[in-house]
Amino acid sequence: MDAAKAATPANHTTENDEAIKVEDLHKSFGPLEVLKGVSLTAHKGDVVAIIGGSGSGKSTMLRCINFLETPSSGKITIGGEQVEMHDDGSPSNRRQIERIRTRLAMVFQQFNLWTHRTLLENVIEVPVHVLKVPKAQAIARAHELLERVGLGDRADTYPAYLSGGQQQRAAIARALAVDPSVMLFDEPTSALDPELVGEVLTVIRDLASEGRTMLLVTHEMKFAREVANHVVYLYQGRIEEQGPPAEVFGNPKSERLKQFLSSVA
Amino acid sequence: MTGLLESLGLAQSAELLSLSPPGWGGNLLRGLSNSLQIAFGAYALGLVIGLFGAYGKLYGGKVTRDLLAIYTTVIRAVPELVLILILYYVGSDIINKISAAVGGGRVEINGVAAGIWVLGVVQGAYATEILRGAIQAVPPGQIEAAKSYGMPAFMTMRRVTIPAMMSFAVPGLANLWLIATKDTALLAVVGFNELTLETRQAASSTRAYFTFFLSAGFLYLMVTLCSGVIFGRIEKWARRGQPSLTGGSK
Repeated sequence: MDAAKAATPANHTTENDEAIKVEDLHKSFGPLEVLKGVSLTAHKGDVVAIIGGSGSGKSTMLRCINFLETPSSGKITIGGEQVEMHDDGSPSNRRQIERIRTRLAMVFQQFNLWTHRTLLENVIEVPVHVLKVPKAQAIARAHELLERVGLGDRADTYPAYLSGGQQQRAAIARALAVDPSVMLFDEPTSALDPELVGEVLTVIRDLASEGRTMLLVTHEMKFAREVANHVVYLYQGRIEEQGPPAEVFGNPKSERLKQFLSSVA
Repeated sequence: MTGLLESLGLAQSAELLSLSPPGWGGNLLRGLSNSLQIAFGAYALGLVIGLFGAYGKLYGGKVTRDLLAIYTTVIRAVPELVLILILYYVGSDIINKISAAVGGGRVEINGVAAGIWVLGVVQGAYATEILRGAIQAVPPGQIEAAKSYGMPAFMTMRRVTIPAMMSFAVPGLANLWLIATKDTALLAVVGFNELTLETRQAASSTRAYFTFFLSAGFLYLMVTLCSGVIFGRIEKWARRGQPSLTGGSK
């Protein structure tokens, strides 16, 4: 934990600087305990890569942060605001959770664009209907964002007519449109053909370099090493090892991490 | 025109079907209009019941789900003709009892309203199942995406779930509409002046059974054909954004 803080600038110590703080998070699906007490802090501007084998709980952890999965227990604080939870872990204040969710933009493995809406409509949907941004303003911004992810000429196309890489870039534009304080990436390139992975990673790399706070669940080790300033390795629902990428990848201490890295290399 | 009809031996039929008395054409059209009113009303009522029913079955508590299961099972188990008799007489009986209880006299039941209520309840049971299936066919990720961006539940239903399920629901709902138009004929048994009863009256008064029933069949066919065109458009709209299975572009 401390190693992580050392890797980020020194002013990352005040409470307000914590974008996401997860404390002792547990999650069970029936008798199966997927998360066995995970704690994690991401400061503003951090790019945290979460790696681990299949079934290690990395996606579940990400989905617990915006309550797409209901945690079994634990404490989650987003931008200094603690999420109110019942004893069973479900959010007790629906309005609070809806409000917090608008600040966390999620990018899914399967893109999850709304197929009955064009790219432009997908991008303006949340700003216009949830955040109540004036429509003209949202449209202008959406065009900028689509331009930025290289889809400026596809604004009026429906998602089904695009490649996976294009859909994922559109999904990233949709995420940017809410001006999120944290972006959550759930294996954004895992559903893509190998030749399409690069175009999506380029966009994410670009976002990382402009200082956006991101949590990134990924199988792309090279990419994680390159863009993240903090890497977390999950093994069977626990954080086995974490630290700056150079440490985690270059000098892994845990036997399991060593094995994992050699198996994915 | 008259000459042509004369030569085909249809002059008498044309006279019987003329719109103004002594022709019965006006009666048939009035019957058709009543039928359509009921079909529209019942269909709309059925859709509303169906939407709530589908959501109740999918997301409701145990009691809600059980009640809805009883509703859809019973309605779909009993022949519609029997249901119409039961719901019509039970409905009017209840209204009269209430009216008597508050000191009112016998209430004349409005035929259109009764028809809409009876067929609407029947349609609702089928619509519940069609919409439940359609909602379940929506990729969960689309609803999850809405949730993850802070969309409240009702807005998610309005902006994401309903539009996304439409393409799955429209073929079934088109069937249901055609059934609605023809189920109105069953209301003849409770003496409601829809197209079939009007036809029977015209036929038995004039003994021209063939002429009138063939005309009624033609009117039902026209309704079906027009509905087909309209539902074709609706389906095309509902499927926007989905490549057609036979290839081709948007």
